[in-house]
Amino acid sequence: MALIQFTDKGLYCPQGDFYLDPWKPVNRALITHAHSDHARWGSKHYLCQEQSLPILKLRLGENDFQTAGWNETVTINNVKISFHPAGHIIGSAQIRLEYGGEVWVFTGDFKTENDGISTPFEPVKCHNFITESTFGLPIYKWKPQQEIFTQMKDWILQNNEAGRISVLIAYSLGKAQRILKPLVETGLPIFAHGAVYNVHETLRQAGWPLPDIERVWADTPKERLAGNIVIAPPGAEGSSWMKRFSPASTGICSGWMQVRGNVRRKNAGATFVLSDHADWPGLISAVKATGAEKVFTTHGFQSAFSRFLNENGIASQEVTTAYGNEEEESVANDENNQPV
Amino acid sequence: MKQFAELIQTLAGGSKTNAKLQALNDYFDGANDRDKVWVIALFTGRRPKGSINSSLMRQWAMEQSSLPPWLFEECYHTVGDLAETIALILPKNENRAGLSKPLAYYMESLQQLVKAPDELKKSFVLDAWNEMDAKQIFVFNKLITGGFRIGVSQKMIVNALGKNTGRSSSEIAHRLIGTWDPLKISFEELLSAENMTADLSKPYPFFLAYPVEGEVEALGEVKEWQAEWKWDGIRGQVIKRDDAFFVWSRGEELLTAKFPEFASLHALLPNGIAIDGEIISLNPEPKNGSFEPLPFAVLQTRIGRKTISKKNLSEAPVGFIAYDLLELDGKDLREIPLEQRRQLLAEVVTAVNLPMVQLSPVVKVESWDALRTLRESARDRGSEGIMLKRKNSSYQVGRKRGDWWKWKIDPLTIDAVLIYAQKGSGRRSNLYTDYTFAVKEGDKLVPFAKAYGGLTDKEFAKVDHFIKRNSLEKFGPVRTVKPELVFEIAFEGIAESKRHKSGVAVRFPRMSRWRHDKNAEDINTLDDLKAMLAMYGNAK
Repeated sequence: MALIQFTDKGLYCPQGDFYLDPWKPVNRALITHAHSDHARWGSKHYLCQEQSLPILKLRLGENDFQTAGWNETVTINNVKISFHPAGHIIGSAQIRLEYGGEVWVFTGDFKTENDGISTPFEPVKCHNFITESTFGLPIYKWKPQQEIFTQMKDWILQNNEAGRISVLIAYSLGKAQRILKPLVETGLPIFAHGAVYNVHETLRQAGWPLPDIERVWADTPKERLAGNIVIAPPGAEGSSWMKRFSPASTGICSGWMQVRGNVRRKNAGATFVLSDHADWPGLISAVKATGAEKVFTTHGFQSAFSRFLNENGIASQEVTTAYGNEEEESVANDENNQPV
Repeated sequence: MKQFAELIQTLAGGSKTNAKLQALNDYFDGANDRDKVWVIALFTGRRPKGSINSSLMRQWAMEQSSLPPWLFEECYHTVGDLAETIALILPKNENRAGLSKPLAYYMESLQQLVKAPDELKKSFVLDAWNEMDAKQIFVFNKLITGGFRIGVSQKMIVNALGKNTGRSSSEIAHRLIGTWDPLKISFEELLSAENMTADLSKPYPFFLAYPVEGEVEALGEVKEWQAEWKWDGIRGQVIKRDDAFFVWSRGEELLTAKFPEFASLHALLPNGIAIDGEIISLNPEPKNGSFEPLPFAVLQTRIGRKTISKKNLSEAPVGFIAYDLLELDGKDLREIPLEQRRQLLAEVVTAVNLPMVQLSPVVKVESWDALRTLRESARDRGSEGIMLKRKNSSYQVGRKRGDWWKWKIDPLTIDAVLIYAQKGSGRRSNLYTDYTFAVKEGDKLVPFAKAYGGLTDKEFAKVDHFIKRNSLEKFGPVRTVKPELVFEIAFEGIAESKRHKSGVAVRFPRMSRWRHDKNAEDINTLDDLKAMLAMYGNAK
């Protein structure tokens, strides 16, 4: 019996009787990270890496949460479970399972570049490797983060000179924290949408050394925003909440902006090709570093990536999961300043 | 190339019109004259074609990046553009951006390579790729593969040049129209008046109409307007100067050779004349009155054909409906009022006296309401609606609000179900946005139209989501989709067609509404379509 089975509720470990990132409520769920497509509501018991806990609590409310530190082993029905850095967002982990000498690793979401805020990705040796493949085509090759940050700062300063607000579209969990470093370096005040602000404050209370940012309220005076920076989640794009920022230029931070078609669809003032997922070379180097005999590819360009691995001497199979919709993160209008 | 690639990036980005104009102006200030001529040529649709075919480009890019063909194709379908795909998969080369040569060097080398062996072409392309960063490679590839759609209209380039050279934009527009060869002309020559008189073929820029906004009553008194039927053919200009004869399309294509019927007109027209009108298929034996236009589908059998047979000529005879007179006795008439131009035009058409040349009939009415009623009969006349032209208006340049309006009839509509989908290109790459729709015939579904316009970005995203989760089979880039989503398909006309499974061809189909209230049971039938064909098809 395989240590992990692909079921309609999620990745299931029959020996341990638990699921990894299930998309339906189950008895026991192991969670790679706190994005909504991986950490779903409704399960009885949750086990996660300790850095994920504050956000999981924010998003799922009080639950039976158990945590583990990096590389710490938790044993359930003789299955040894441990969490290893995935470098995707704060607390994001690959989950390693070991039983009877067989090792499986599930990446959740990951990236190989050190973003300076998430614990950097560490390859884990295994026999079976289940990897995401969001950007599993050779057209996706990222530039170094520092280069993108420089572009971002230049753009913000240009906007500032012209009296425009720089509105940056970034996921409230992950990218919103990652881009703070260059934003702080501009010396301009940083404002945020409620969804971004709530995550920010939760992380600060958990002890992360994040800079001061200010929430945008319905009555935040226009002159305080003028020429400064606002961080908003993708769900706020095109909402009435955005209309208050004027004059403004919108900058979208996403790996999808690598392709001009997506850029043109967005019609944004600027786009920054910045992703929290591994690019094509990153996926390949990660797969090779595991030394795995079998690689399961999922969410993204899984069929192309799988075929490529097979043709290059690495046995691979694609599997279907329900992950990959974190960008659909829905955000209410925030008009009434309700926590979102 | 660096400067040019930066210009393209600014123009293609989400910049506002003024920012684009400024970028063009800055470019014209800084660039050398040879590059400027090429930029104007490229932005006015004069990219020389055919020096290197795109399958060679594909092959070299695969070699350089060591990708198997299937993976290259996968990338191409996701990106939706060959030039961009190549730029993204080539090994990174970012620090060599400064090594590239001026735009004119590449354009002119490409021309010299037209007949060169593939090996020479290859070494030219690989050298170019080696001295450019990804942005430049994309632009360079585009120069070869074509399809340069980057949000710059001819109007914008005209305005930018006007601003840059201190000339009026209508003067510039007239200079740039017609035939000129970027290889042979200098920037000075291109913009000089002498060059213009030397070019006998030069047409005038077309005056185009916007759709009527709101109620026609807002246009004022009906008697101030000349109403004509709107015809659905190819807008064109017929010119004769110094015994040379030219037929131009609105797309600035020289069509003289395509329509041998016009030869008789050549002999009968006086020299120094330019007539604006519609190239359209006319029934040689009109059923009622002086002339009877045939559906666009008939004209379509003539377009794109390299050689024209006698059969084509007799099955799809072409005529000309005259709208306006722009030049007479070598004099530019565009500034005199329409009423006077119309009178002169009528005299010209009468003197020619050919059944294939018709004066566009004026619709005489006493009130807007009467015109409204008459407009309902447009489809029966083979017309798309009404054109409204202010009687005292001059003939202007480009699409302008104010003096010319088009007032089209409501389209025909059919409720149909989405059955096939394909990814779009450009702005819609990686999204399923090109759909095929079917109507019912018993318990079968018969495809009848392809449409890819009419939905908002949000709706497209939803349909794309549905398709990705409900596709039944893949055939190359096409997916068959569970027949569930129903749309109202609007189109301008319907004609019989032997090439379509359904037996009908519709004109300008697009999605006018997503019928959330209907399911696949409730769609229209093939019989409904056929009834529509019988009623409005006026097929031969």
